[in-house]
Parts: sequence; structure tokens; C-alpha cells
Amino acid sequence: MENVLKIFIILPIIAFLISLILPKKNETLIARNTQFAVIGHFLLSIGFTVYWAFHGAEVINLKEFSIYKSTDYDFFIDFYFDYITLTFLILGSFITSIITIFSSNYLHREEGYKRFFSTLLVFYVGYNIIIFSGNIETLFVGWEVLGISSFLLISFYRDRYIPVKNALKVFSIYRIGDVGIILVMWLSHHLWNENISFFKLNNAHLVHEHINSNSLVGLGIAMMIFISAAAKSAQLPFSSWLPRAMEGPTPSSAVFYGSLSVHIGAFLLLRTEPFWKFQIGFRVFLFLIGLLTSIYATLVGRVQSSIKSQIAYASMSQIGIIFMEIALGWNTFALVHIVGNACLRSYQLLISPSVVSYRIREQFYEFVPRLKTIEDTWPKRVEYTIYILSLKEWNLDFAHYFFLWKPLKSMGQNWKMMRFKFIFVLVGLSLIFGITTLFFGSHIHPLFKSAFPAFFAMVGFMIVIKAFTERDSVRKSWSLIMLNHISIAIAISFSEHFSWLHHVWYLSGIIVSWSIGLITINRLRKTEWVSLNQFSGLGQKHPKTAIVFFLCSLGLSGFPITPSFIGEDLIFSHIEYDQVGLAFFTSLSLIVNGLASIRIYSRIFLGPNSKLIRGAARRSA
Amino acid sequence: MENSDQEISSILTKIKRYLPNQAPLKDFVFLNTLACFQDRKFHQAMHEASSIFGVRTYYTIEDFRRLFKEGQIKSEILEKVLSNRNLNIEEWNKILFEHIFASDAPARIGRLRKNWKERYKIDIDSTVHPTLFRIIGSYLDQGISIWNFPGIQNGFLNSLREMERTSLSSFFNDERAKDLLLSGASLEDLLKIVVGTPEHYEQYLFDQQFAHPGWSGIVAIIEANPKTLLDTREITLEDLICLELLLEIDTLDQVYGSVWAPIGISYETKSKGVIEPIGDNTESITLSIFQEAYEWSYYEEVLNGILKREKFPEEHPSIPSFQGVFCIDDRECSIRRQLEKQDANCETYGTPGHFNVEFYFQPNNSKFYTKVCPAPITPKFIIQEKNDKKRERKDFHFSKFSLGLLSGFIMSFVYGFFSAFKMLFTIFRPMQSATFVTSMNHMDPSSTLTVLNENNAVTPEGLQIGFTVDEMATRLYDLLMSIGLNDHFASLVYFVGHGSSSSNNPYYTTMDCGACSCKPGSVNARVISWIANHPPVREKLRERGLHIPDSTQFIGALHDTGRDEIAYYIDVALTVENLEKHKEVTQTFNKALMLNAKERSRRFFSIDTSKSAEKIHKQVKFRTVSLFETRPELDHATATLCIVGRRDLTRGLFLDRRAFLNSYNYQLDSDGKFLQGILNAASPVCGGINLNYYFSKVDNQNFGAGTKLAHNVIGLYGVSNGIDGDLRFGLPKQMIELHDPLRLLMIVEHFPEVVLNTIKVNPCTYEWYENNWIHLVVFHPEEHRFYRFNEGQFSHLELTELEIPVIADLTAVIEKTDKNLPVYILK
Repeated sequence: MENVLKIFIILPIIAFLISLILPKKNETLIARNTQFAVIGHFLLSIGFTVYWAFHGAEVINLKEFSIYKSTDYDFFIDFYFDYITLTFLILGSFITSIITIFSSNYLHREEGYKRFFSTLLVFYVGYNIIIFSGNIETLFVGWEVLGISSFLLISFYRDRYIPVKNALKVFSIYRIGDVGIILVMWLSHHLWNENISFFKLNNAHLVHEHINSNSLVGLGIAMMIFISAAAKSAQLPFSSWLPRAMEGPTPSSAVFYGSLSVHIGAFLLLRTEPFWKFQIGFRVFLFLIGLLTSIYATLVGRVQSSIKSQIAYASMSQIGIIFMEIALGWNTFALVHIVGNACLRSYQLLISPSVVSYRIREQFYEFVPRLKTIEDTWPKRVEYTIYILSLKEWNLDFAHYFFLWKPLKSMGQNWKMMRFKFIFVLVGLSLIFGITTLFFGSHIHPLFKSAFPAFFAMVGFMIVIKAFTERDSVRKSWSLIMLNHISIAIAISFSEHFSWLHHVWYLSGIIVSWSIGLITINRLRKTEWVSLNQFSGLGQKHPKTAIVFFLCSLGLSGFPITPSFIGEDLIFSHIEYDQVGLAFFTSLSLIVNGLASIRIYSRIFLGPNSKLIRGAARRSA
Repeated sequence: MENSDQEISSILTKIKRYLPNQAPLKDFVFLNTLACFQDRKFHQAMHEASSIFGVRTYYTIEDFRRLFKEGQIKSEILEKVLSNRNLNIEEWNKILFEHIFASDAPARIGRLRKNWKERYKIDIDSTVHPTLFRIIGSYLDQGISIWNFPGIQNGFLNSLREMERTSLSSFFNDERAKDLLLSGASLEDLLKIVVGTPEHYEQYLFDQQFAHPGWSGIVAIIEANPKTLLDTREITLEDLICLELLLEIDTLDQVYGSVWAPIGISYETKSKGVIEPIGDNTESITLSIFQEAYEWSYYEEVLNGILKREKFPEEHPSIPSFQGVFCIDDRECSIRRQLEKQDANCETYGTPGHFNVEFYFQPNNSKFYTKVCPAPITPKFIIQEKNDKKRERKDFHFSKFSLGLLSGFIMSFVYGFFSAFKMLFTIFRPMQSATFVTSMNHMDPSSTLTVLNENNAVTPEGLQIGFTVDEMATRLYDLLMSIGLNDHFASLVYFVGHGSSSSNNPYYTTMDCGACSCKPGSVNARVISWIANHPPVREKLRERGLHIPDSTQFIGALHDTGRDEIAYYIDVALTVENLEKHKEVTQTFNKALMLNAKERSRRFFSIDTSKSAEKIHKQVKFRTVSLFETRPELDHATATLCIVGRRDLTRGLFLDRRAFLNSYNYQLDSDGKFLQGILNAASPVCGGINLNYYFSKVDNQNFGAGTKLAHNVIGLYGVSNGIDGDLRFGLPKQMIELHDPLRLLMIVEHFPEVVLNTIKVNPCTYEWYENNWIHLVVFHPEEHRFYRFNEGQFSHLELTELEIPVIADLTAVIEKTDKNLPVYILK
């Protein structure tokens, strides 16, 4: 019976694959395919729940298969089922079923009908992988899939400027969360000396013992979990992306940012509870963040004059409370709260267009010029100050730009000396240098030896910053991302357990993606003007090229479609605790190279077509 | 100083003129989107608008070439257009079909401000727009936000000043912009800082405001008519521009400190004005030729059809079984045909759906009143509804209580699970819920209306409550004479207004009666029936020679064009015979409505048109309550014709719901007095609808609202995409899909010289025809030929001989296709 778990994952994957080959024009077939999978999934989950409940309701752990295995390293896929999975399963399949039925009519004649349903299925695959995951590695696969499907749905109206801009913004926040999970994997690998399954974490004694002996690592893990959870659930300090994600068709906003996607952070916390359960300090911190977020979101929500952002903030404030509940250990209560909040906000978003007729009618009969609110009783100075701050979302969106992206940009633009040729020579030299040191390693002073990895990782980081800030040449930027991966590989080569095979895993997918991407760009350049200076919107004219290049971008940033994905994890397994510099630059590199490659894709293929003057959407539209 | 003040204010006036003219959602009316260009000839206007604003004003050349291939543009008509213009056919055929046109030249709008990015390397809009939209959006908010914009009493900039002065936080990052605001710097002061050179002010302001025409447009509308918001606000376009300039100064200060060169200094002018005539080019001529060929390909079909239709006997021998007076609306075109098919002895008429009674309507217990007559009219009357009923459906999902911190907490536990069930219901058993809007609720049938003015009663605002008998008689007389219903009254005459129903639809008002300012026509139908039943009024009419027999009774009704349902308003005690008769007529109506639903359903993807009419009728009703139905009905899509004449002109002709039909008997109106009234109302209403669709179709991104699916309601007055976007105006993509962008063809049955004199009386009406925004053709009632109006005169129109298919079974045709159908003659 445990094998049924696999069906929950496989069913949406199959539906997704089928959706790819369905004819674009046949709306009925596209909708039926999705509905069949998702509603089937829902019925199956009800059936399974009943069976499970009558058979003792015990936690199920299913070690599926190892993708890569060596003596001290085992990357395996693992599935898990308990009451948390159950709650999210029923909730997710219920809401997604409703949305698929709703959308089949709602999206009638919309350009991108097929794209919408395929992306919805990608989302659903990711969601299920996450909730069924039995270890952090499996969870990470789902986590990345969810992030990408989110990007695709926000930029659904890709011929307009703002959706694409906001999709990139949201993706960048998600990317921080992704790296949080990579670091959890890294730290936890060192903590347990294995890729531990969630099942084993239930052994409180074992966990307690390990964490106690490594309290700093324990705290590190907890913080990384927090960053990932907060990024996905729009908690402080990442909150401002949530309202900006409301760019796709209303049903997709309802399913993503009203309900399922936005509660996944809470799921992560519940799932990894054993990691942080015994760290009182962390729990206090979590509680406070939840409290602050709920107050923040309430204040900002109160001044919103658009219905979708208002609902987004209402949802966010409840998730803040849910974080508090989780911090207190009231897990069951939190789960009930999650379900209630998700259903309420989904429905509110779905009927949000009705607010005009409803409220106008209400006012027509019951109009009171200005309703007094609690704020009117505050002193004017306080009232105005808080009002202005709330209207500006307490500068949070600006702060993201100011503290995260602006430094990267100015760094990249200031390194004038780092010309492409210079970098190429630099990487070439380090390659030679690296190989030489590997062979004559024993003659080098240990002090240098310990400094090399961090140094190369830093060079790699500088390279990827350059790639991210390149404004002109697509090919340069694209190749710099690849060079960044090579620098990281060199940096890792100094590790004691270094193995060439790991590099093959790591770089194989990268090199292939890079070359195919380069070929694609070269071919495109024959007929089109390709530049990074603005959005070119070539996706409509070259849809197939766009898809190929999109896959390459994912491959180049280590998305789980190539072996490089495992390679990334392997690379991290070579970084020791004390190599903070190496870990720091490597993880920063990963964040930025993901952004850089998706940015290249967006600039070439998304946005309004730059050649179109008459009839193109205005930038502000 | 004074001079430049005047100059700036004249620039503002100019900008306001060219900004979108669409009111807040609740007050939506159909207007010519480019009314600002209406003083120019149509093609000239299209070319100018396109070059100045960078918008599309026709289909693209590729579209036209495709239409030619598909036969929608007929080659013989195209040749005719070319030869009418004295163009070489061979040479132009090459240009039309083979020439590759250079890519678009940049628009005039935006050429100065693009230098922020090109020279100053600063993306100024990306920082200014979100803050600006948010501040204005919150200030104007009508009831989305919970915490209102503080201190709105003193006008927009004053309330900002008040806040900035007291608050510890600020909308600005640097002191300079804040100080400028507080010190009350004038628009000119700010322009001096940002632009520097007065000769560029106009270009700069146009660039700046047309980067977000939606917001600027709504501010200009509210400035001109503050009452369009229930919760009124004081704001001017100048306020908005001042704030925008301040935010721009702040952004530039952030990057460059307080010392930077104004943008105008380094800008070399090529031409000074923004709105200036532009000469034609090959591309614009090509487009105009294609457009005309496209239009006449359809028009000639219609005109051929009128000539070739089966002729009915000129004089009706007997008294009809009943008479129905409908709105001219294109959607009533098919219900009239269906009725006539069900009961060959009945007679139908068309007239603008306010039925010549213009007034405000105030529902019982309401705090406001709404105008129910064509938009250009300002009524002096008000009709109040009296009863003791409340009609409201509450739904906690819209309550602000669900959004608070603690209340939201409680709600997500208490109601969260309830929402899950609600969601299930919306999918499987949609019902009339709080998301549903129906025209049937516009007025309560059991209420009484203050139709008769008593003791000269007026409201405090000075509106007269109800009409006096004289006022009633004039209106009824003019109405009946204008539609040619002056004798042979049936014993039952129905005045049928119309409205619609939909769910989850911010554009709910667009589907109601255009002649009632996009409100349902139920009150008007009821009022005019009341008037016609009122004995003193009949007495007055008799004095003027119009005899309504005592046995004749009038009944008001409302046709719901979305659900194909009808409600009757009977304010008179029906005689026994008439009561019997009414029952029969009800049967006829019900059958016609069902068949009408079937005919409409051919356009609906979710309905199989070959099913029985009963089944389809149910599904059609289902669509209006369904939350996920973005097209409960198709509104005015495809409306292209307006025919003013006797019903015999079009009876037996299948026009596929594309015609506004106005009944009119030229014999009763030799001097064109009634015709003048008809054209004064029909030209702006039908022309407005037609052109609103036209522009939303040819450029849905710039003149239309784009897809509905991404819309986010802002402050109850507008929609935008996402949260930081410009307000979207125009019609959404879902409404215009089926529309063919053709100008309106007005066909009038009368003598050309009478029509010519008539249209010239009112300059506003004449402008529509003089500048070709509406095509005008006259059907000569004696010669039985058509005359076309062009360049100020009528000339005989040579029709191309076209085959008009005769069909016996319409059902078979409508079951086959969902595309626009050609003109048919019905057997």
C-alpha cells in the first residue's frame, strides 16, 4: 500500500507530459487532461486517507531510490506520509481541483490556455514532491519546481512589462530561499554525516544529542530553514513580493498567493520541526517574526486601495499568526488555521471582481461619508506617520532593492577592469594553477592551501556578478555564468575528498546547457537583434527557441533537470564547516547565477516586443 | 509671468481634451474613444492619433490582406473604392498587396522624456509611478481600503501638505521636494526645475501624462464632475502633475544631488507642438483604402438585402394582435424577429430605450440617484420609488471584518471551511449570490413611482419630482409620432426596456441600456406606460389629433438580455379581455425568448446550439450566475448598422443582431422634426457604442482594457493589472473578440434633401456625418434607391450587384457556425 505514495507524484507528472503534446487549440482536451489528473488525485487522496486512518494511521517512510551513491555520500529520493502531509494533500488537491474546473471556462480563448494548464501541472508536481518528501534533498527538488512554476505564472502575460519585472522580483526572493535549503542540506550533511531522512529525525533523542554537541550548526540550520520558509511565505523581511505576484490570471493568484504556495513555508517549518524544536532562542525569534509580520501586514493591508493586494496582506497577516502558533508548538491548531485561511483567501480572490457591484450597491443604500476608524483616535502625528509608512509598505520593496540588488549592480558596474578577456585569462590561469597545485599539492604551505578555495570562490562570485550586471552582450553574460561554475569547481578541487567524478556530475549538465544555449543565441542573432539592454519580447515570434533556451537557463543554474543538480549538492558536501568563506561565496554565486540566467532568458524572450511601436502595451499598463 | 501662466493652463486644457474620457466603473457609458479628434475627418484623425500617440487606429495591413484572402473584403468593392478616389488600380494593387512597409516611426509622445533613460541613465517612471499611483489611488478610494486617506477635506495637495508637515515620515526621500511641496511651489516653478525651457513644457507634460493616461484620465474626469464619485473628492489634473513633478525631482535628487540640468536644455526641438496636423503617407492611405473596402463590402450586402427583401404589403389591413415598442439596441433586433415569427399579426417598434422620458431615478431608501437617459442630456426631473422593502444580499467574503488581524483570525477558523463549500457550490451549483448583479433589481415591481408631479414638488437640489400632465403629453406625443405609431393601436401595447445580468463582473454596467446611461430601462418603460395609461394625458393627445382608443392599455416590461427573461410592470387594472390577451402574449414572449436564447447561444463555446431551446435557455441563465463565466452575454459586439425607417424596410431580413433599429415613418414627418430628435439621440449613442468597440478592437492594449482575467479592482472606480499598474480604460478583450471594426452605417428612410436639412440643424450631430465618423445613406422612399452622404451632400449610390442568399430554415444556419453571418433573406 505504501507504494500508492508514488502514484501521488507520478500522476501529475504524467498529466504534465501529456499536456505538452496536446494541440494548442483544443481547449477541452487540455482542460480535461488536467482535471482528470487533479480530481483523480483528490479522490485518490480521500480514499488513501480513509485506508490509512483505518490501518493505524502510522507514519509511512518510503526510501525510493538512490540517484548517486558513494561510500560516504548517498543522494536518495525518499517519500514520507503523516498527518501534516495528509492535511496539505487534501487541501492542495481540493483547491487545485476547484481551480482547474474554474479555469477551464474562465480562460476560454485566452492566449496561453495550454501554457496555463501545463504550468499549473508543474506547480502541482512541485507541490506534491514537497509535501511527500522524506528528506531535505527530495524536498529541494519540489522547492525548485514550485519556484519556477511561480515565475512562469506571474509572467503569464509576458508581452507586458510589469508582469515580467515582478516575476523576476519574486524569483529573486525565491532564489534566496532556495539557497537557504541548499545550506540546510550542507549543514545537515555535516551534522549527521549522511543525508538524513525526516523519519529518522523523529528520534528525539538522537536529534537532541547531535544538536547539543553542535549548537552553532544547529542554529545555522534553523536560521536557514527560517530564511527559506519566510521567503516562500512572505514573512518579514521578504514580505513585499506577495502583492506584486498578483499579475497572472485571477485563479492562478488564488491558488498560489492566496492559498497553497504561500503556506508552503509553514509546511517547511512543520516538517523540519525536529531540527529546531529544542532551540528555545530560535523559537522565540520565530514567534517574534510571526508577530511582527502579522502587525506589519495588518497595517499595510488596511491602507491598500486595490482588492487583490488587500487580500494578499490579509493572508500574510494570518500566516504570521500561523508562524507564531508553530513556534509555540501548536501544530494541529496551526494546520487547521492553514486550511481555513487558504480556503477563505482563495475564495475571496476568486470573487474579487464582484467587489465593485457589491460595495457600490451597499453604498447606494447605506452610504456614510467617512467611516471613523481606530486610527482617527490616534494623535495626528502618529496617525500620519504610520499611514505614510504603511502606504510605502515601510520601504520594504525599496529596501530589497537597496540592500540586495543595488550593491550587486554597483559592484558589477564598478569593476571596469574586469573585461571579458581578462576574466577568461584569469579563469584559464587559475585552471592551470589549480591543476598544478593538485599534483604538487603536498609542497604548498598549508596556510595558502586553506586560503585557495575561498579565493577561487570569490573570483567565481565576482565573475557571476559581472554576468548579472552585463548590459549588452548576451553571449558574454551567458558564458560568464558558465565560468562561474568552473571557478567553483576549481575552488572545490582543493578539498581532501575531492573526486573527478563529482566534477563530472557537477559540470556535465552545466556545459551541455551552456553550449546548447550558446548555439541557440547564435542562431537567433542571425535574424534578430539580441541585447540585454531591454526586454526584447522575442518569445512570441520564436516560441520553440524560447522553450529550448528556457531549459538551458534552468540547466545552467543547476535546476533539477540535469545531473548538475546532484552535483551542486556534492560540491557542498566537500565544503567543511570551517570553510565559511568558501560556503559564503559559493552560495552567493548560486543565488546570483540563477538570477543571471533567468534574467537573460527574460530579457531576450519576455516583455513587450521592442520593435513593435503601434499597438504595444504601454509600460505602465 | 501672467503670460506663461496662461500658457500652462492652455496646455492643461489641451491635455485634458486628449485624455481618455471614461468615467468610473459605475458610471460607464459608451463614448467615442477618440472623441477628441472628432473635429477632423475620420481618416485624417486616425493617421494623426496613430502618429502622435503611437497607437493602432485600424487593423494592421497584414490583417486586411488576410481579410481580403478570406473574402471579407470583396475585390469588386476594393476596386470601386480605388476608382472613387481616382487612383490607378494596377499601381495601387501592388502597394496594397505586395509593398513591404518600413517599421513604425516613433510616436510624438515620449520623445522628450525618453532622454531620462538615454542621457540621464535613470528609469524615472519605475520609481515615480508606483508611489504616485498609490497616493492618488488611496486618495480617491471609494471603499476598498479600511483606513482612509487622512484629512481629505481641503483638496488633494492640501491634505498631502498637512500630512507632510505633521508626519515624522515622508513620501519623499530628500528635503528639497518636500520643501517645495510645503512652500506651495506652483506648477511653473516645478516645470522650471525639471524641464527648464518653457517651449518644451507642452511636450514634457504630454509625454508625462500619456505615460499613464488611465490615472490622468480619471483625475481629469473627477475634476470636471466630482459627483461621479459617491464619496466626493477634490482633485485636479494640475495637482496630479505637481505631485508627479515633485516625485521626479526627488528621484533625480537621489541620484544626482540637488544639482542637475533640466531635461529641456539639451533637447533640440524639431517641431514645437505635440498635436499638430500630419500629412498622409502611403501607409495611411493604404490603411484607409482597405478600411473603406472592408466597410463597404459589408454595407453593400445590407443595402442589396434591403432592395431584394420580400416586399410586404404597404398598408396593414387590420389591427395587430399586440404591439411591442423596444429599445433600438442591437440585441433587441433578434427578439423582435422571433416575436414576429411567433405571431405574424403582431407589430414591433424600436426607439431609444429611455422612451423619450428623461429623469433621474431614486430607488427607495437610497442615498443617491442615477440618470436614466442618454448621456448628453441633463434631466430636470426625478422619479422616486416608494415601497418598504430592502433588497440586499450580504456576504461575509466582502466584509472588511475578514481582513483584520484578530477578526481575520476568527474568520479563517469560522468561515474558512464554509468558503470551501462555497467554492464547491460555485462550480457545481451556482446560484444567485452576492456576486450576482441583475437588472431586475433595479426597481421593485411592487413599488409605486412618483410619475405625476403633485403640487409642483421639487427636491432640495431643484429637481422636479415627476412630470406634469402637459410635460407627459408632449413626451408621449413626440414618442408615438416619431416611431409612426399614430393609429391602429392594438388593445395591448408593450414598452419593453432592457437590462442584463452577470456575476463577478466589474463591467456589469456596460450591458445595460445605452440610451439610459448604461442603466436598466425598466423604470423608463414603466413610467412611459403609466403616462400612456393616464386619462388626462390621452385627453391632451386627442386635442392634438392622436386618438388612443379606450380599449388600448399599455404595459411596461423589462427584457433581461443576458438571461432572456422578461418582467412586466402592470400599473393599470387590465380589462378582462386584455387580461386574457396578456396571458396569450406572455406565452408568445416566452417562446420567442427561448428561441432568442438559442440563437444567441451559437456564439457560446460552453453551449451546444443543436440542443433544444429549453435546455439551451437554462444554460444561458446558468452563464449569468456562474462566477467563472467571463462572457455572460456578448453585449454590443458586432453592432454596425442603424436603420431609421419603417419596419417593412428590414422585416424578413436576417441582420444577425448587428443593427440598431429605430422605427420611423417619414410620411408623418415631412419637415424632419421627429427625425431630428431621433438622430440627435441615436448618433451619439449608437456611434459611441460602435466606435468604443472599434477602437477597443483595433488596439486592445491602448484603447481597450486588455484581458479581464488579470484585472484587479482599484478603489471601486477602476481596474488595473496587478497592483502597480496604470488604470485600464476601454473595453476588455473578452467583450470585443467577435467585433468587426467597421464604422456605423446609418440608413434613413426619407427624401435626401429633408435629411440633409435635418442633420445640419445640430452642429454636434452634423459633425458625426460631416467628418465621416458615421456613414450615412438615405433610402429614397419613392425612387427606392439609395443616396450616400459625402462631402456635405447626397449623391446617388451605385450598388454593386451582390447575391443575397435566401434561406428557409434559420435554425440550421445558426447551429452550424459561431462566426459572423452574412445578410440573409428569410423565406
